[in-house]
Amino acid sequence: MSVLKDDTIAAISTAMGSGGIGIIRISGNLSLSIADKIFKSNKKPSLSESHRVLYGHIIDPENDIVIDEVLLTVMRAPKTYTTEDVVEINCHGGIQPLNKILEIVVNNGARLAEPGEFTKRAFLNGRIDLTQAEAVIDIINSKTDAARQTAVNQLSGKLNKKIKDIRSKVLDIIAGIEAGIDYPDEISDTGIYSSAEKECTEILEEIEKLLKTSDTGKIIRDGVKAVILGKPNVGKSSLLNTFLDEERAIVTNIPGTTRDTVEEFINIGGVPVKIIDTAGIRDTDNDVEKIGVEKSKAYAKKADLILMMLDSSRELDSEDIEILNFIKDKKSIIVINKIDLEKKINTDYIKEYTKDSVTVEVSVNEGLGMDRLYDAITSLLKSGEVNLENDIIISNVRHKNALLNAKNAIIKTLETISLSMPVDFISMDLQIALSSLGEITGENVDGEIIDRIFTKFCLGK
Amino acid sequence: MEKYFAREVDVIVIGGGHAGCEAALASARLGLKTIMFAINLDSIAMLACNPSIGGSSKGHLVREVDALGGEMGKNIDKTFIQTKMLNTGKGPAVYSLRAQADKHRYAAEMKKTCENTENLTIRQSEVTEIIVEDKTVKGVVTSSGAIYNAKAVVLATGTFLRSRCLFGETIIESGPNGFMAASKLSESLKENGIKLFRFKTGTPARVDRRTVDFSKMQIQHGDENIVPFSFTNIGKDLEREQVPCYLSYTTPKTHEIIRENLHRSPLYAGVIEGVGPRYCPSIEDKVVRFADKERHQLFMEPEAENTNEMYVQGISTSLPEEVQIQIYRSIIGLENVEIMRSAYAIEYDCIDATQLKLSLEFKEIKGLFGAGQFNGSSGYEEAAAQGIIAGINAAAYIKNTEPLILKRSDAYIGVLIDDLVTKGSNEPYRMMTSRAEYRLLLRQDNADERLTEKGYKIGLISEERYKDYLLKQELIKEEMERVSKIIVTPTEHTNEVLRQYGSTEIKTGMKLYDLIKRPELDYFKLAPLDLERPELRSDITEQVNIKIKYEGYIVQQQNQVEQFKKLENKLLPTDFDYSEIKGLRLEAIQKLNKIKPLSIGHASRITGISPADITVLLIFLEQNKGKF
Repeated sequence: MSVLKDDTIAAISTAMGSGGIGIIRISGNLSLSIADKIFKSNKKPSLSESHRVLYGHIIDPENDIVIDEVLLTVMRAPKTYTTEDVVEINCHGGIQPLNKILEIVVNNGARLAEPGEFTKRAFLNGRIDLTQAEAVIDIINSKTDAARQTAVNQLSGKLNKKIKDIRSKVLDIIAGIEAGIDYPDEISDTGIYSSAEKECTEILEEIEKLLKTSDTGKIIRDGVKAVILGKPNVGKSSLLNTFLDEERAIVTNIPGTTRDTVEEFINIGGVPVKIIDTAGIRDTDNDVEKIGVEKSKAYAKKADLILMMLDSSRELDSEDIEILNFIKDKKSIIVINKIDLEKKINTDYIKEYTKDSVTVEVSVNEGLGMDRLYDAITSLLKSGEVNLENDIIISNVRHKNALLNAKNAIIKTLETISLSMPVDFISMDLQIALSSLGEITGENVDGEIIDRIFTKFCLGK
Repeated sequence: MEKYFAREVDVIVIGGGHAGCEAALASARLGLKTIMFAINLDSIAMLACNPSIGGSSKGHLVREVDALGGEMGKNIDKTFIQTKMLNTGKGPAVYSLRAQADKHRYAAEMKKTCENTENLTIRQSEVTEIIVEDKTVKGVVTSSGAIYNAKAVVLATGTFLRSRCLFGETIIESGPNGFMAASKLSESLKENGIKLFRFKTGTPARVDRRTVDFSKMQIQHGDENIVPFSFTNIGKDLEREQVPCYLSYTTPKTHEIIRENLHRSPLYAGVIEGVGPRYCPSIEDKVVRFADKERHQLFMEPEAENTNEMYVQGISTSLPEEVQIQIYRSIIGLENVEIMRSAYAIEYDCIDATQLKLSLEFKEIKGLFGAGQFNGSSGYEEAAAQGIIAGINAAAYIKNTEPLILKRSDAYIGVLIDDLVTKGSNEPYRMMTSRAEYRLLLRQDNADERLTEKGYKIGLISEERYKDYLLKQELIKEEMERVSKIIVTPTEHTNEVLRQYGSTEIKTGMKLYDLIKRPELDYFKLAPLDLERPELRSDITEQVNIKIKYEGYIVQQQNQVEQFKKLENKLLPTDFDYSEIKGLRLEAIQKLNKIKPLSIGHASRITGISPADITVLLIFLEQNKGKF
């Protein structure tokens, strides 16, 4: 029941992008102690007066590596937005430092904030004018209700089943231990350490596998992987920015696996789409074309959906044709940009050449034809012609936090087992894992252990 | 029938079982004129089923009752014939004390205590009516027409309410063990708007020990080292000759007989209306539900020292008598057994406990309290725990002081009552360790630390006992401080001691405190490295050891309790119509109006209340700050 927690939360609170400065906000009673751990300066944040800006560096306390030069603002409760202790870190914008710092903050005791959680805290702590309360009730109500349903319904069936399976394994170990505790005369617990250890190791592997599907420290939603291809100056970045400007961007972006692409998440027709902008593919030496074509092909191979951009005001050249040729059997949309300029491209040829693809003519700069483009993408997505990736993916901050907690609890359990601590402690550790996993599937611990004991064991006088 | 005015008292307790006795004793000891009715005075404190007290989590309850100033712990200490600490290898939270009782002496000693308590009167009568005026209880009427007026009434009817016993097709309208049932009171309760449930439970046969072949069974001895239930006793003083129990098993023949006769079981034939507990299954239940299990174990427990009757733990059944005989005789060692009392199932009326407040007072009837099996629980210890709380709170009601409400973080008693009145139960409720969230803090060994202060403030703990308790706490604290200052040096002697327990040798000086925390070591094993150690009582050194050794986990649970308390301290109004709150779902409104939770934390435990509902309640509280 996360609304009831008053732990410390953190999030990137500026819009993502390549702006000059980014802000990470931390709120909760651990804010200052986290700041102390990760901020190097001539003054400790916890010793600073309230509402003061400190200059220093963010370091990763694990290895003392300096991450960024920052300004850190200390705001003590209650005169803050949330009425809790708040620390804000102004760092150099850009995705990498922001994400890295957020990750460090989380590793040092904060939890990723859920969307809107700062505001929710502000409200619950009475910071926001109470006359607004009635209106907010409906919002919060629908939001948390939706969130609750998310935990059950919006989970992909596969993920839900996976977590339930893991959880059921945890429950089995607990039930075994608890049955032995409540019925010592009837249930022997010989061999429980080795079997629990084996089970926990397997469970840990499964949780780690799941966690790998989400990138550390980031809010991530994954879905259709789309790539924008095209030559330099054809308008790829403008198209991406237009998508983002339409406020369809979901929360954040993350750097691509290579240095020269940027991945952005947009929401089209309710389907999350990860768009890889290959804007970075450009000339670094003389052999421009070659690199461009090869890289484009490589991205096209990995993508679920290809947006191939062509310049209406230029004639097709050999590389355009080579790429068109390469993608003609793939799910793709040919985007012919700059239709506001004099048309030189032979659209009939293109349509003939790529008969399975949809061709849409737009002017990104003038905003012409964008609706048709959205429609084209949406209908491709809805028709199911584009398959979502098959992997089970952790795409929700709530789920991720819960999984991290479960993972830590299982690690703790394994420690407890290796120390040969009494079984009660194994059960105690596992119950934390159980309730964390239950936060994802919406399953309630209440009475469940006892139900399991009586289903599994024959007990009683 | 002609009614007559018999008497006016402060508190009436209906029922003389484990709940009734604790309730009556508490109220009388708090200075209130109390009368306890039993349908038969020979049924007072009767152990109607198994001849034992305590066990996993139940042992905790007994110690808590004792720490509050109750009687159960003292009574079993006087009358046990075997005692055992269970789960000793499984962690300090789940150590559980269990004693085999001499049933006859247990009941006799409790009756004697009740009889000799000032302000307490015992009366054999069947109560047939409760008198309620203006939503306030005023007294009771007995079957002979006697009117007893009182300011508070505690209902502790156990399994006597409209009960019937089933032996296969044979059904007898009676209470447990052949005692008369209380057949009329249910009607009066219903007339006063109280909602009743029907539960069932069962008990195995009692057999003649002369017809049992113990040589085919495994003997089960008690512990040599006696740990008392009551904090007022010292183990050494309680040493006595102990009586063994025996372990045996069913055979394939047993299972065959059961399967052949299943149609004659009232449960499977659909004759039983009541809901039975899963943790107390009949042998036919076990055989049906766990069909692949080749044998089931059972224990032969002496009922008392002065009788040949033995209790066959594990083989309760409601099959007909002639089938019972076949079943028992198919068990290893019972081939020639003679049954002295048949096994039976018993059905009885009890209440939906969500009608009660956390104080165990009825929400809709002032001064009327419920306790024990009447509230839908099961077990002697659960009953006693509720009994003492009902007694204390009946007194508080009369004296117009705050009721005693134990939190889930205070005691198993708190967990028990919170579960019962918040969630209700659709089967007889048994205490289990896994029901307690903070069980490392709610250990049986520290019940005194958790509750003596409360018992003292209420007035059930004497000045003398309280002083002893304070001294004990002081000695624990001093010893922990002393230990925390000791540095163990890495001498050959030190490392020899460490090696002896397979512990890593030390190369630099190390705190004794930290060495105790190593899993393979403890306070006692390290005595050779602690030469200045004072001579201390074992209950004190035990505390020192546990508190140091498990400090990390204890602190972790204490932090969880802090979180928990924040929500428990966000109080909700109890005289409030939740339909006035905008944004609550209809189901939530109904549930909240029914339970009337005391706090946000309490509300969050109601079945069917969602996190979204809790958010709405938090907002509502914020909006109305200071109004409630």
